[in-house]
Amino acid sequence: MAEHFPLGLILLFPAIGVVFNLFVGQRAGRTTVGIVGAGVIGAAFVVGAVAFGRLLGLPTGGALTSTLWPWIEAGAFKVDVALRFDALTAVMVLVVSGVGMLIHIYSSGYMAEDGDYARFFTYMNLFVLSMLTLVLADNLLLMFVGWEGVGLCSYLLIAFWYTNPEYAYNGRKAFIVNRVGDAAFILGILTTVWVGATHGLWTLNFVELRQHIAWFGPATATMICVLLFIGATGKSAQIPLYIWLPDAMVGPTPVSALIHAATMVTAGVYMVARLNFLYLLSPDAMELVATVGTITCIFAATIAITQPDIKRVLAYSTISQLGYMFLAVGVGAFSAGIFHLMTHAFFKSLLFLCAGSVIHGMGGEQDMNKMGGLASKMPITCTTMWIATLAIAAVPPFAGFFSKDMILSGAYTSGHFGLWLLGLITAGFTGLYMFRLMFMTFHGESRVEPERAHHLHESPPVMTLPLMALALLCVIGGWVQLPEGWLWGGSFSRFLSGSVGIFKPALEASDLGLSILSLAVSLTGALIAYIFYIRYPGLPTYLAWRAKAIYQLLLEKYYIDQIYDALVSRPLFFIAQYVLFKGLDYYTIDGLVNGTGTTVEASGDAVRRFETGNVQHYALIYLIGAVGIAAFYLYLVMR
Amino acid sequence: MTNTFSLAAITFDWRPIVPLLIVALGAIIVLLAGVKVDDRESEGLGWLSLLTIAIAFCTALAIPGNQQISFGGALVADGYTAFFYLTILFAAAIIVLMSLDYVAEEGLPGGEYYSLVLFATAGMMLMAAAGDLIIVFIGLETMSISVYILAGLARTSPRSNEASLKYFLLGAFSTGFLLYGIALIYGATGTIKLHALSTLATGVPAPMLLIGVGMLLIGFGFKIAAVPFHMWTPDVYEGAPTSITAFMAVGVKLAAFAAFVRVFLVHLLGVQTDWSMVLWVLAVLTMTTGNIVALMQTNLKRMLAYSAIAHAGYILVAMTAGTSIAGAAVLYYLLGYAFTNLGAFAVIIALSRRGHPHELISDLRGLGTREPALAAAMAIMLFSLTGIPPLAGFVGKFSVFSAALNQGYVALVVIAVVNSVVSAYYYLRPVVAMYTDEGGAEVVALSSRPALIAAIAIAVIATIAIGVYPQPYMNASTSAFASALSKPPLATTASLRP
Repeated sequence: MAEHFPLGLILLFPAIGVVFNLFVGQRAGRTTVGIVGAGVIGAAFVVGAVAFGRLLGLPTGGALTSTLWPWIEAGAFKVDVALRFDALTAVMVLVVSGVGMLIHIYSSGYMAEDGDYARFFTYMNLFVLSMLTLVLADNLLLMFVGWEGVGLCSYLLIAFWYTNPEYAYNGRKAFIVNRVGDAAFILGILTTVWVGATHGLWTLNFVELRQHIAWFGPATATMICVLLFIGATGKSAQIPLYIWLPDAMVGPTPVSALIHAATMVTAGVYMVARLNFLYLLSPDAMELVATVGTITCIFAATIAITQPDIKRVLAYSTISQLGYMFLAVGVGAFSAGIFHLMTHAFFKSLLFLCAGSVIHGMGGEQDMNKMGGLASKMPITCTTMWIATLAIAAVPPFAGFFSKDMILSGAYTSGHFGLWLLGLITAGFTGLYMFRLMFMTFHGESRVEPERAHHLHESPPVMTLPLMALALLCVIGGWVQLPEGWLWGGSFSRFLSGSVGIFKPALEASDLGLSILSLAVSLTGALIAYIFYIRYPGLPTYLAWRAKAIYQLLLEKYYIDQIYDALVSRPLFFIAQYVLFKGLDYYTIDGLVNGTGTTVEASGDAVRRFETGNVQHYALIYLIGAVGIAAFYLYLVMR
Repeated sequence: MTNTFSLAAITFDWRPIVPLLIVALGAIIVLLAGVKVDDRESEGLGWLSLLTIAIAFCTALAIPGNQQISFGGALVADGYTAFFYLTILFAAAIIVLMSLDYVAEEGLPGGEYYSLVLFATAGMMLMAAAGDLIIVFIGLETMSISVYILAGLARTSPRSNEASLKYFLLGAFSTGFLLYGIALIYGATGTIKLHALSTLATGVPAPMLLIGVGMLLIGFGFKIAAVPFHMWTPDVYEGAPTSITAFMAVGVKLAAFAAFVRVFLVHLLGVQTDWSMVLWVLAVLTMTTGNIVALMQTNLKRMLAYSAIAHAGYILVAMTAGTSIAGAAVLYYLLGYAFTNLGAFAVIIALSRRGHPHELISDLRGLGTREPALAAAMAIMLFSLTGIPPLAGFVGKFSVFSAALNQGYVALVVIAVVNSVVSAYYYLRPVVAMYTDEGGAEVVALSSRPALIAAIAIAVIATIAIGVYPQPYMNASTSAFASALSKPPLATTASLRP
């Protein structure tokens, strides 16, 4: 059922954008760069849409394929640069290129005054290229190419506004934390190769792995799944490797929208869904995924409640929503996870773009304590952001309602009552922090500093049009999957079933009852926000004073950064600096070959050098090493 | 019967030695011509060397892929020899390209410089083609002595002199180990012929043979800069002229591994279980020390020295596995390693100006805005060294790690992967400096140095091509190693001591 299709075109267009912006961009005008940068993503979207049309013509489980060139062929090991476009990939490609295109258009307005316009679009195009490679890859290794590529672009774009050491530090933090996850990921890949190799087939191809799923025992499956999931906690910002994402917010806001909300951070969820056949072999790994997801979900939501920085609230919100997605795939409701991935891409990128519009209008201010009452000054931004807020707070008929409902119902009907309850409570927190954000930014009294107030303006159409397009998606995006029995109910999960199977609930539950319950919890959160920030604006300060300990704990994000610093960074640095560096590296290239006799002239200094002469020292270590190795060798032989 | 010496039994297959002779002849011509050339105008000698290398490269293409023994087993003509001939010559060509301006500008003695580079290249080639241990030794010494002098060629620079002398003293020390190892092996088996050794060194080996093998291991360990025999590396790499540092990091490593792999993975495989555990320990020590100490470096050349140590460790991971897949992985890895390091050192040369070496990481600050192309080249090299796909370094690491895992070395692979994560930190520092800071060193207009640009461009293209479309290089590595493993058509006579 695999049909050939020139899928390479989906990658070719962004690649053209990269090359153009890299080599010609500096000389071409800003308009050209913006049009090419967004246009190539649009072209990729069009090809993706055509492919999607072809895919719909195939029976369920069908796929389009295209082999570009053989990549690694060593002995029996063979991996191609080959692409596969099935239902799961179709959703990802359309989301990545569609939302990506809108964000590119928005960027051409947002970055208009930046000095390095072309370089920005080079990195953005490169990012989309990597992300599309990730989702189109037909094997784990090519997927890893995209996986690393998006991480690299993320790093480049966080540090984009250079000349600021803090940004550079944050970019590096993102890169290093991701590398920790990647180490586990690559070990997972290697273990997979190993399993195949013991059965005589070296493969990382998803289809072949699925065919030979019997080779994977529960123990090896658990090992592989856990290793890959550790990689996912890095890329998708879950406990314990989520720490880089809030700091990544120093990058330009469109970057936050595209990479740190809509696409890259969802790569981990995609990976678990892609390898669903492997994860289903290991109930332990599934349980781990669901538990980590849920704990991250509620943990991040509580932090989001107290943050004063508008982008940081959204960052923690993203971590929390990603937790929902992992909860879904962890309980086996893969299509629910992907569904939420899609709706989240709509509303979270809209939230970020609106926040960007606010920051743009405010001349760079991100502290919500210095906002308020912006609704009249920025009507389009305010309206679209409200739509996104209603979507993330899961108010019907907005997109988030359907997807979050599907996740919570999946958690409940699969028998994970504890996780379901935590997810439900988080829904309340979600309503609270989002409505808090909206009230603090757009409503109530204006706390805007006077010198900023008269600059305040609505953003230009090139920025507001993408907002409106995304707002439309936030309204209708959820309708692709109505509850079973309604109109075309369940069509999205049926479409995905060829890739991720059908979720089979373990027990019956009233969908309507669960929906009403979660809606009630969300609205309660919203109501609390209303009371706190509109009705009695003095209340938050009073409460923060009364419950100082809890407030500080949340404001300081549970002191996790400090704990990591004390437990991981400092000890490592100490060991490297004082033990290994001082002990292993003698920084003594100074023009005097110490210990050769040439320096024993007269001065006391020279004599001192002679006595600590490092050539002798080196030779001594050499000799000790040689004796040590000889002893070890003889021990091995004589044993 | 073995005592009778029969000339008819020795075949004179000239093919493996022709490229070698051309390089040596070129070296002599360059040396003679150099007498008449002013040090500031030595480019002509460089072009002459390049021509020599090009001719040698063409003749090396004629070496057959299947194994032929020549000179009574002293030399081997096979795909393995051809692979290393071509790689070493290519690397030498890039070294010459990046030296053209540098040598003249630094006022290094051109005649000596280029002729020694060629002599060293000849030594390296001899190591790759060696069919017995004495030829390995002769090649090694030809190479080493040339490089000792090259390291100290900046006569007015005390740091260069120090590097040379340190390298020489410690090198002499390690040569002792190597030679003693060869002697013991000869004492134990009565032969220095590798092919004879591969049949003798099986079963329960004699203690004297084992000690000899251990000594040989230590001698090679010095040349590849394995911990704990690495102490010279950072000092020498830092002090030597940058083009020579590149030559040491790439050429010397290629040749040392060529001989090391042929001796151990091909011919001493019979005693493999005994030395593979030693290699395991060496690999772990080498990777870990190299990567961790690199974290603290502020000098780029010194950092790349530790990086080179760490990469030797990764190669040792594959050698520990000892299979034919692992052997092919080593060859492929070396190819990517060579181009990546050549490119990185070429960028450092591009930064340097007469009297201002500009080799600190802080000198790179702001390069991303001042010289975007140069910065991008450096970034690609560093990402390849980190192992970011789809660059050469990633595919190399993946091959090496999967080869080791396939032999069940789980702990070793885990350590290697963790190491490769640690390495990301120090490779990233120069990138951060290039793109986020300001106020680094001023760069001489690159347009006035076309040869250097060519060297960097070749390295960049190769690093990308080897990673994105690795198949031809993988096939070459696989067949090269396979041809080294195959039995020679002509049985060589080996004598056993009574």
